[in-house]
Amino acid sequence: MNQQEILDNVKGVIKNYVKDPAMVDNADMETSILDDLKVNSARLVDIIIQFEDTFDIEIDDDDADGIRTIGDAVKYISGRVASDQSVG
Amino acid sequence: MRKRVVVTGMGVVSPNAIGLSDFEKAIREGRPGIRFIPRLEELKFACQIGGVPEGFEQRCGDYFNPSLQSYMSDIVRYAAVSAIDAWRDAGLSVPGDEDPPDWDSGTIFGSGISDLDIVGNEVVPKVNAGKVRRLGTRVVERVMGSGTSARISDLLALGNQSTSNSSACSTGTEAIAMSTWRIRNGLAKRMVAGGAEGASVYTWSGFDSMRVLARKYNDQAAKGSRPMSATATGFVPGAGAGALLLEDLESAQSRGARIYAEILGVMVNCGGHRGGGSMTAPNPEGARRCIQGALADAGVGADAVDAINGHLTATYADPHEIRNWSEGLGRGPEDFPYVNSTKSMIGHCLGAAGAIESVASILELHRGFMHPSINCEDVHPEIEPFIGAIVRECMDFPKLKMLAKASFGFGDVNSCLIFKKWDNH
Repeated sequence: MNQQEILDNVKGVIKNYVKDPAMVDNADMETSILDDLKVNSARLVDIIIQFEDTFDIEIDDDDADGIRTIGDAVKYISGRVASDQSVG
Repeated sequence: MRKRVVVTGMGVVSPNAIGLSDFEKAIREGRPGIRFIPRLEELKFACQIGGVPEGFEQRCGDYFNPSLQSYMSDIVRYAAVSAIDAWRDAGLSVPGDEDPPDWDSGTIFGSGISDLDIVGNEVVPKVNAGKVRRLGTRVVERVMGSGTSARISDLLALGNQSTSNSSACSTGTEAIAMSTWRIRNGLAKRMVAGGAEGASVYTWSGFDSMRVLARKYNDQAAKGSRPMSATATGFVPGAGAGALLLEDLESAQSRGARIYAEILGVMVNCGGHRGGGSMTAPNPEGARRCIQGALADAGVGADAVDAINGHLTATYADPHEIRNWSEGLGRGPEDFPYVNSTKSMIGHCLGAAGAIESVASILELHRGFMHPSINCEDVHPEIEPFIGAIVRECMDFPKLKMLAKASFGFGDVNSCLIFKKWDNH
């Protein structure tokens, strides 16, 4: 999965948790999930679980806490997907 | 001085109709909402029929997107649709996310049993498999006791009291009584009052095992719910929600709202599990006191009651209930008020029952009719003396002014409401 595909999938997940999905279409790597997209902070837990399902990875709590922007998510997931593939 | 409380809006999600206008049509024509449910047969239930709102998925999609619905249990979805309908029916607009809270409006909205499908299908399997962290944030808000009121106050920006009551099959009626008190006391101008219940095999299983459900009508579902019938074999479980928008009279009149009825008297009590009362049966004295208490609260005599919408579930308790009404009102078979059971069409919707049946009752008052109590062509021998009072065909009743609605629930709890047709004073 290349970075663009990961970005598209990350946006696809986050769309389920925003009031206005169009905001996600216009988002970039710097967009804050909480501050810019107005996602309810409690729902970050559900976003992380859906990332796990979408990308078939496990994200531990400390790593999850570091995901603040769409770019954070894409970079973290890119690393995980790449390393899991290299192991596998 | 206490404020007068009127009904200015209603919403309903019922096994025989969704929405007020179709519900009125359904109850006028005696449309049954009871159907055979294959899943109950697979699971070896003795009762394989139930009342589940048909076409609800599609209707709900008109109100909420799939993402929001993923945070709502069936109970909450039923409650939310009925509440929004009641709000709109009262001529109020649904607020947006940026609108401020309405500090004068609140909700008391109950359910009998939490959504056990979520517990059975998601919580228990995941927790037992050591996957607690996979539950996410959807569980608590869907199964918490106040799930209905919490979601309704979110959707309608209600800034007054937001809570959920639970008193088994008395829940919906009790919510209306409690909301009435709040407005009477000047603590709120408007309350969304109601009850909701889901259609869960896990909820229904306990009743099935108690042998209180209808078990002889699996091949003729529409005839299964038979209140006051000699061949009744138990109640048919149902699901749905009913909501009333209660409002203080001054508030309603100042905004020129259409008024359906006044809530003239309310009473709730418990028989104390004594004198024949128990977890599953009412103490007759408690039931009578509840009826009499509601009349006293209304300031009217028993002779003012034109009609009764009974609890009348189609169990062995129906003859006892008719006797309690008769003794409570001091009116024998010769001058007993007209009586019907909405459950004859929709089954027993448990925590939603009193709310849905109150919607039916207020429609009857407002439009001047009585809906038929179906499936009692063979009236129970102990009720036979009252046969002249039982409404078995839809009846025009323009003189209908005062209607008593009661619910009696497990835990020996009772609630009674006296509704008065609104005639502009």
